[in-house]
Amino acid sequence: MRFMLLFSRQGKLRLQKWYVPLGDQEKRRLGRELVQTILGRKAKMCSFLEWRDLKVVYKRYASLYFCCAIEEQDNELITLEVIHRYVELLDKYFGSVCELDIIFNFEKAYFILDEFLLGGEAQETSKKSVLKAIEQADQLTSTCYQQASPRITSPTCYEHA
Amino acid sequence: MSPSVRLQEMIRVIRSARTQGEERGVIQRECAAIRAQFRQADNGGRSHNLAKLLYVHMLGYPAHFGQMECVRLIASPRYNEKRVGYLGAMMLLDENQDASLLITNSIKNDLAHSSQYVQSLALCTLACMGSAEMCRDLAPEIDRLLRASSSYIKKKATLCAVHIVRKVPELGELFTPAARALLAEKNHGVLHGAVILITELCERNAQTLVQFREAVPELVHIMRGLVTSGYSPEHTVAGISDPFLQVRILRLLRILGRNNDTASDAMNDLLAQVATNTDSSKTAGSAVLYETVLTVMDIKSESGLRVLAVNILGRFLLNNDRNIRYISMTSLQKIVSTDHNAVQRHRGTIVDCLKDQDASVKRRALELSLALVSAINIRSMMKELLLFLSTCPPELKSHAASGIFNAAERYSPSQRWHIDTILHVLITAGADVRDETVPNLIQLITNASQLHCYTVHKLYRALVADISQQPLVQVACWCIGEYGDSLLQGDCEETEPIQVTEDDILDALETVLQSHMSSPATRGFALTATMKLSTRITENVDRIRSIVSIYGSCMDVELQQRAVEYNALFKKYDHMRAAVLEKMPVMDRSSMGQTNGESGGGGVQELEPTKPKQPEMMVAPQPASQVGGGEGGGGHGF
Repeated sequence: MRFMLLFSRQGKLRLQKWYVPLGDQEKRRLGRELVQTILGRKAKMCSFLEWRDLKVVYKRYASLYFCCAIEEQDNELITLEVIHRYVELLDKYFGSVCELDIIFNFEKAYFILDEFLLGGEAQETSKKSVLKAIEQADQLTSTCYQQASPRITSPTCYEHA
Repeated sequence: MSPSVRLQEMIRVIRSARTQGEERGVIQRECAAIRAQFRQADNGGRSHNLAKLLYVHMLGYPAHFGQMECVRLIASPRYNEKRVGYLGAMMLLDENQDASLLITNSIKNDLAHSSQYVQSLALCTLACMGSAEMCRDLAPEIDRLLRASSSYIKKKATLCAVHIVRKVPELGELFTPAARALLAEKNHGVLHGAVILITELCERNAQTLVQFREAVPELVHIMRGLVTSGYSPEHTVAGISDPFLQVRILRLLRILGRNNDTASDAMNDLLAQVATNTDSSKTAGSAVLYETVLTVMDIKSESGLRVLAVNILGRFLLNNDRNIRYISMTSLQKIVSTDHNAVQRHRGTIVDCLKDQDASVKRRALELSLALVSAINIRSMMKELLLFLSTCPPELKSHAASGIFNAAERYSPSQRWHIDTILHVLITAGADVRDETVPNLIQLITNASQLHCYTVHKLYRALVADISQQPLVQVACWCIGEYGDSLLQGDCEETEPIQVTEDDILDALETVLQSHMSSPATRGFALTATMKLSTRITENVDRIRSIVSIYGSCMDVELQQRAVEYNALFKKYDHMRAAVLEKMPVMDRSSMGQTNGESGGGGVQELEPTKPKQPEMMVAPQPASQVGGGEGGGGHGF
C-alpha cells in the first residue's frame, strides 16, 4: 500500500498514513486532488479507480471515506477487506465508532492502524490479537501517566507490560 | 485530569471556529503556546503538546518546528512520550528531511529494548519511513529480530525486512535464510509477513526464486490446511479461513510457478481445489478466487484448470456486485489474447456491461469488446459498439471511434457496410476522430466505384443536416466535388431518390465556406469541390466563377492561393480546365502517401490531385509545348 486517507464528505482529512517518501507539499496536493476525484463519484459506482498511475480502492462508511492507493500487483478485493478490518477494529475499540471519535482521538486511530498495518502490509490477520496488543499498549501508556513525575529517571511502567 | 483533555479541548475550540480566519487565529495562538512549551524543560505534558501539533498539521498547517521535539520525545525513557514521538516522526519526518537521520540511534536502541511494545514502535517507524541509509545501518538488528522468540516481534520484524528489501534490494541476501525458516511458523501474522518477504526476495533475485521453488510443496500444504480446516473464529472472514494469508500465498505460488512446469504441476491440484471449494458469495471469498484465477492463468497450468478459471471470471461477470464485474473484466483483458475462444463465450455479458452506469466499468467493457470483434460477429458487435458510441462519456469517444475503425477495416463484410459504418461514426462522434480518418475514408470511397452514387447521396444528406463535424464535412465536400454529377441525376438504386439542383449543391458548399464553424482545412475542401463542379454542372458555372474570384482576396493565405489559381484556370487556361479537374483515378495506399507529402497545406492532409502540378504551370507560365506535356500528366494524377 502506498498510502491511506480517511476523509469526510466535505473533504476534510481525518487521517493520512503515507508509506512512500513524499514532501509535505506533494502529499497535500495529491491528497487534495484525489479527495476531490473521489467525492465527485456517484454513490453506486465501482470502488476501484485508476487515477494517475495509481490503483485506488475506496469505500464509504457512514460519513467517512476510507481510501487506499495500492500497487499494480495488489489485489483490489482483499484491499476492501483490509479497509473493512480496520473499520471493525475502530468499531470494537471505540464501541460503535463514529467520525467524532476519530476526530477527537485521532492519535488512537493511528495507533490502532499501526498495530494492524506495518510498512503498508497487514501484520496481523487476527482481529483479537490486534485489539489485545492495543489494550496492552494503552495500559502501558496510562501507567506512565500515573507516574508522570519528572524526577523518575528509570520508569518502572515497563514492568507491567 | 485525564491526560487527553487538553488536546481534546483544543480540538473542540478549533472546530468551533466559524470562519477560516477565526480558525487560523486559534491555530496561531495554539502553535505559539506549543512552541513555548517545547522550549521549556521537561514538564510532563510534552506528549500532549506534540499531539496538539500533529492535529494542527493534519488540518494543513505547517508544523516543521515540531521535528526536533519528535526526536527528543523518541529518546525519552517514558513509553507514552516515545509513542507520540514516533507517531510524530512518521507524520512530520520523511527520509528527505535531515532530522530523520537523528532518530536512527534511538531506533537502534529501542530495537533492543526490554519491552516489546517499545521495540514495536521502533519497528513500525523504520518500516514506515526508514531511508536507505537507515535500512543499511539497522538491517543486522532486524535480521536478529527475525529469529526472536516472540511472535509479536517476529511478525513486525518480517515486514520491516520487507521494507528494507524494497529500499535496498542487495540486503535481500541477508534475510533469505531467516525467511526460509519462517515458513515453519504457525502464527498467522508471522506467516503472512514471511510470505510477503519471500515474495519480495524472489521478485528481485532470480537465484533466490529458484531456491524457493523447493518450498512449493510446503506452501501447498499450508494452503490446503487453510482451505480444508474447520472454523477458526480468530482468522475467519465470511466463512473463509484467513483470506489475507490465502491471497498472499497464492500470489507467491504464481511467482514460483511462472515458466516452470515442475512447480506448476505441484500446485495444480491445490489450485483446482481452491477454485472449486471457495465460496464467493462475499468479498473475502471472491478475493481468494480472483487471486487463484490470476495464478492459474499465469503459470503453466493444465487446460482443464484454465477453463475452470475463465469460467469463474464468467461467473463474476454476472455478479450483482459492480466491483466484482470490474475485476472480472480486468482479468479477462489480460487473457483475451492467449485464451481468446474461452473469453468469446462470455461476449454477450461483456457487451451488456457497455451499458453499465459506471465509467470505469464501461471503459473495461469497451476494451474487451474491441478485442473480441471477429469476422463472425462483426455485424452484431458493430451495432452494439455504434450504440455505445452515441451514448458513451466524452473521454471514451475517441478511443471507441478508433477501435471501431480498426475493427471495420479488418472485418467489414462489404464495402457498403464499411462506408456506412464510417459515416455513422463521423456523424455521431466526428469531433473525436483522428486526422488520418479523412484521407482513409476518401481512399475507401474511391475504391468502391460502384458505390459512388450511393455515397455521395448519403454524404449530401448528412452535410445538409449538420456542418459542424469537420471530418464529415471534409469528406462530404470532396465527394460532392468528385461525384456531383451523380447527385444531380437524382436516382440511385441503393438509396431513396432525392431532387437536388445545381443551386442546392452550390448553396451547401457556400454555407460551408462561409460558416464560422468550418476550419481552414475544411474551407479548402469546399473551395476545391466548388471548382471541380465547374466541369460537372452545366448551368451555374458563372456562380462558381464568382465564388472563386471572391476568395481571391481572402485573408487565409491557403484559400487565397487556391482561389487565385482557380481563377487563372478559368481565365487563361480554360481549355485545360476539364482535363485538370477530371475524376480521380482509384488510389492505393502507397500513392496516397506521396500525395500527402507533396500537397502539404492545412492540418488535415487533403487530397488535391492536381495541386502539385499547378504551381509549376501557373506561377511561371511555361511555353506551350511544355504546358502541353504537363497537361497530359496533370489530368491523370500520379
